[in-house]
Amino acid sequence: MTSPIPPVRPRVGLFVTCLVDMFRPTVGFSAVKLLEDAGCIVDMPMDQTCCGQPAFNSGDRDSAKKVARPLIAMFAGYDYVVAPSGSCAGMISKHFPELFADEPAILADVKALSAKTHELVSFLTDIMQVKTLNVQFDGTVTYHDSCSGLRELGVKQQPRALLQTVSGLAIREMKEPETCCGFGGTFCVKYPEISGKMVGDKTADIAATGATTLLAGDLGCLMNMAGKLRREGSDIEVRHVAEILAGMTDHAPGIAGRDPEGK
Amino acid sequence: MSNSTSRDAILGRIRHSLGRPAQMPDTPPDTPDEVTDRLKNPVANLIPARAQLPHAQQIDLFIKMATQVSATVTRVGSPDDIPREVARYLADQNLPARVRVAPDAGISGLAWDQTMLDISAGIAGPEDAVSVTPSFAAVAETGTVMVRSGPDHPYTLNLLPDTHIVVVHASRVTGCYEDVWARLRQSEGHGNMPRTFLWVTGPSRTGDIEQTIQLGAHGPRRLHIVLVDDT
Amino acid sequence: MHRALPVAIRKGNNAMHVSTSPKFRENAHDALLDQSLQRALGRLKTGFKDKRSAAIAALPEFEALRDKAVEIKNHTLENLDHYLTAFEANVKANGGHVHWCKDSEEACQTILKICRDKDAKSVLKGKSMISEEIGLNAFLEKQDLQVVETDLGEYIIQLRHEPPSHIIAPAIHVHKEQVADSFRATHKGRDPNRVLDEPRDLLDEAREVMREHFFAADIGITGANFLIAETGTSVIVTNEGNGDLTQTLSRVHIAVASLEKVVPTLEDASTILRVLARSATGQEMSSYTTFSTGPRRAEDLDGPQEYHVVLLDNGRSNMLGTDFQDMLRCIRCAACMNHCPVYGAVGGHAYGWVYPGPMGSVLTPSLIGINQSGHLPNASTFCGKCEEVCPMRIPLPKMMRHWREREFEKHLGASSVRYGLKGWAFMASRPRLYRAATGLAARLLRILGGGRGALRSLPFAGGWTQIRDLPVPEGKTFKQLWEEQQKNKSRQDGGPK
Repeated sequence: MTSPIPPVRPRVGLFVTCLVDMFRPTVGFSAVKLLEDAGCIVDMPMDQTCCGQPAFNSGDRDSAKKVARPLIAMFAGYDYVVAPSGSCAGMISKHFPELFADEPAILADVKALSAKTHELVSFLTDIMQVKTLNVQFDGTVTYHDSCSGLRELGVKQQPRALLQTVSGLAIREMKEPETCCGFGGTFCVKYPEISGKMVGDKTADIAATGATTLLAGDLGCLMNMAGKLRREGSDIEVRHVAEILAGMTDHAPGIAGRDPEGK
Repeated sequence: MSNSTSRDAILGRIRHSLGRPAQMPDTPPDTPDEVTDRLKNPVANLIPARAQLPHAQQIDLFIKMATQVSATVTRVGSPDDIPREVARYLADQNLPARVRVAPDAGISGLAWDQTMLDISAGIAGPEDAVSVTPSFAAVAETGTVMVRSGPDHPYTLNLLPDTHIVVVHASRVTGCYEDVWARLRQSEGHGNMPRTFLWVTGPSRTGDIEQTIQLGAHGPRRLHIVLVDDT
Repeated sequence: MHRALPVAIRKGNNAMHVSTSPKFRENAHDALLDQSLQRALGRLKTGFKDKRSAAIAALPEFEALRDKAVEIKNHTLENLDHYLTAFEANVKANGGHVHWCKDSEEACQTILKICRDKDAKSVLKGKSMISEEIGLNAFLEKQDLQVVETDLGEYIIQLRHEPPSHIIAPAIHVHKEQVADSFRATHKGRDPNRVLDEPRDLLDEAREVMREHFFAADIGITGANFLIAETGTSVIVTNEGNGDLTQTLSRVHIAVASLEKVVPTLEDASTILRVLARSATGQEMSSYTTFSTGPRRAEDLDGPQEYHVVLLDNGRSNMLGTDFQDMLRCIRCAACMNHCPVYGAVGGHAYGWVYPGPMGSVLTPSLIGINQSGHLPNASTFCGKCEEVCPMRIPLPKMMRHWREREFEKHLGASSVRYGLKGWAFMASRPRLYRAATGLAARLLRILGGGRGALRSLPFAGGWTQIRDLPVPEGKTFKQLWEEQQKNKSRQDGGPK
C-alpha cells in the first residue's frame, strides 16, 4: 500500500470507539501512547459516541445517520482519524460514503473523512512507518484476525510485524486465525447458539496453540472470546494488541481477567 | 407451451427493469452494436500464461495435467501403432478384449486384425466395457480432451463403457480452450455446433459420499489417452 | 424393451419448496445438537476449502480472471433481453425449442406437457437446482411420472426424502452408513448380506442400479450452468457423467435454466469455467463440461430426438436494476457456503429453503419474500469471507444488509430491536447524556463484577451470557479518565513553579 507522506507531526483525532470508552480505557491510552511515540499530536473530541455501525448493520439507516453525522464536522480539523478497531475504522472509511450517498451536499466531506480514517496498528506501520517498538513482553501470544480489519482494511501482517519486535514475545499461530469468532455485533445476541458454536471452535483453536495470551485488534471480538474462555475456565489472558505494543499490560488485568488485588 | 405471452411479459419486465423503453411489436430490435459485434466476432478474454507455451511444451503440459486428473497417457509414433497400444493397455490392465470403436475411418479403419482384440464399430450399449474414440482436440491448460458427437463418433462411446480410450493427435493439442473454439468455427462454420461437444478432464468421479473421491461414478472409471506423434 | 425398474421411488415426498426458513432459529438449534450432522460438516474444512486454496495458488491469473468473469456477467445482465433473444433464435435454428416461463407453476406445467406429448412414463434427472426451486419432482410424481435423480448425491437424498443441504454436494450431511441403510431398504432383490461398508461398494451398487434407469428413460432433464447466446447451446458441468447419460440416452432432453445463465459466447463461458470448478471443488476443471446444441442431427447414431430449454424467470427480471442485480452474477459454485462459518455450524437444511448459505441468504428473500425469510440475511456476522471467496465478486454481506434495511422499513423485525435501536440512537446523538449514562453503566457493571473480572449472568443480557461471561469494565470510562488527565496536565502546566 502506498500512502502519502504524512505531515511531520500530524494532528490525529482519536476515535476511541464506544466499547473501548466504556469497557477498556487502557486500550485508548495505549493508542494515545503509540500515536504520540510515533510523532503524532493526539486529541480526543469529547462529544464522540459511536460510529453508527450497530444501526447500519441492523438495517436502520436513519439511526445510523443520526449517530454518524456529528463525526463529519467533529473530525474535520484533523490530519487523520485513528481508531483502535478495524470494525469502527472500516465503518467510517468504507461504509460512510455508502451511508451518505444520497446526501450530495455533504458527500465530499464524508469522503474526505473516510479517506483519512485508519485502524490504529496499520496506521502506525503504513502511514507513520513505525518499524520497531522498544517494549518487552514475556510470553507466547496467538493473534486472531478480526474480520473487518482483515477484509475491509487489509490488516494482517502489520500487527504481526510489530509484535515480532517486542522483546520476549513469541507468536504461535492458531489453525484458522482468519475465521470469524462469532461476535458479529448484534449477531451474537440474536443467534447466541450459532455464535456459541463459532466462538467455541475459536477458543478450541486458541487453546490448542498453547499460547498464554490471546491478542486481537477489536474489542468486540476480544470480549466475545474472553467471555467464552472465562466461561470455559481457561486462564488464557486476553488483551487488545495495542496494550502489548504500548507496553501497558500493567495498567489492567486481561479482559475478563480477575483483579490481582481481588477488590 | 411456448407461451408468447410469457415471453413478451418476461422480456418486457427485463426491459423495464433495465430502464429501456417498451419494445413495440412492429419496431425493429434495438440491439446495440456492442452486442451484435460480440456475437459475430467472439474474442478471447484472458488466456493464462501456462496456456501460451511453444507447441512441444504444450504437449508436455497436456500430459502432465491429464495425468494429474488420473488419466493415463501413452505416446505412439504413428496411427499404425494404435491397435497394438490398445491391446497392450487392455492386457496390462487385465481388461476384456472386446472393444467397441467409433465408426470413424481414422479408428475403425486401422489394422485391428494384427491384434487379438474383438472389434466392432457403432454406438455403445450396456454390454460394452471398452471404447476407442477419436478426439477433436486437446487442451494443455488442464489436460482436457475435446470430443464431438457426429455420425463417426456416437456420443455414448464416451460415457457408457467402463474404460474410454481416446486417440489424440499431437498436432491437435493446443494451449487453451479458445484455440479449440477457433478450430471448431473453422470446421463447422461460425455459430454452428455439433449436437454435443464434450470436454473430458480425467475419468468420471464423485465425492458425494463423505467427500471421498471415487473414480467411475456413472461414466468411465479409466480414461486412457493414446497420443499420436504426428508433428 | 422396457425393463422392470429395480427402484421404487416413493411419491409425493418432496416438500422442498415449502419453506421452513421462518423456523431458522429452531432449525439451527436442532442442527447444532445433531452429532451426525456436526461430524459431516467437519469434513468441509479438509475437503472443498483446502482444495480450492491449492487450485487458486496454482493459477496466477485467478484474480484477473475473476475480474473478467464479473465484466462478462455485468455486460450480459445489462443486455439481458438481447442475449436471451439471440439465444432463443439460435436454439430454434438448431431445431430446438425454448419455453419462457414466468414462474414455477408455468415451468412445471410446460415440462409436464412435454412428457405427456411423448407419452412418457419415466423421467431421469441430472442435478439441477432450478428443478429444486420449482419443486419439479413432487409435481411430476403427483402426475404419476416416475422421477429418478441420477447424480449420486441427489439420488441418496431422494431415497432419504430430503432436500439437498448443499448446492453442489447435496448429500454432504449424510454418512456412508446411512447411505447403506437407504440402499438396503430400496434396492430389493439383492443379497441382504452384501457388503456396503465403503463408499466404493455404495458407488458400485448405485452405478449398477442407475444403468437400468438410463436405458429405460423417456425424458432426460438437466440443469444448465450456462446458456450460450452465440450458438444456442446449454452447458452442464459435472464430474460423474450422469448428466451426459441422462441427456443422451433419453428420447427428449429438457434443459431447465433460469434466465441469468446466459452468456454471450463460447469464449465468455470458457473464462467463467476457469473460475468455476476451482472455486467449487478445487478442481482445475470438472471431469465433464458438456455443450449441447439442439437435438441429434439427421446422421447421428445416438442422442435425443428433441431438445427443449425451459427458461425460468421466477422473479429474477425484477431483481435487475435493483440493489440485488449483482446476485444474478452467481454461478452456483458454493464457495460462499463452503467457507461460511454459519453454514459450517448449522448446515444447509437449517436455512429452510432451496438455496442455503450466503448466496441463499440473498437470493431466497428475492424469490420467496423477505417476510418468509427474514432470518436468513440476519444470521450473518458480516465476516466477509463469502465475498472474499466469491469468484463473481458478489458483495453478499452488503446485499444481506440491504435485506435488513427492507425488513426494517417494513417493520418486520422484532419490535424490541426496533425500539432498542431508536433508544440507543437517541442517547448516542446526545453526547453529554451519553457520557453520563455510560459512566454510570461502567461503574454499575464494575460493582456487580465485584473484582471477578466478568459476570456469569446479567438481566437483559441473556443472549450474551447464555454462551459466555460478560467482561466487566475497568471502572471509569476513557472519557472520564481523559478529562481528568487533561485537567491534571493543564494544572501542572499552569501551576506555580
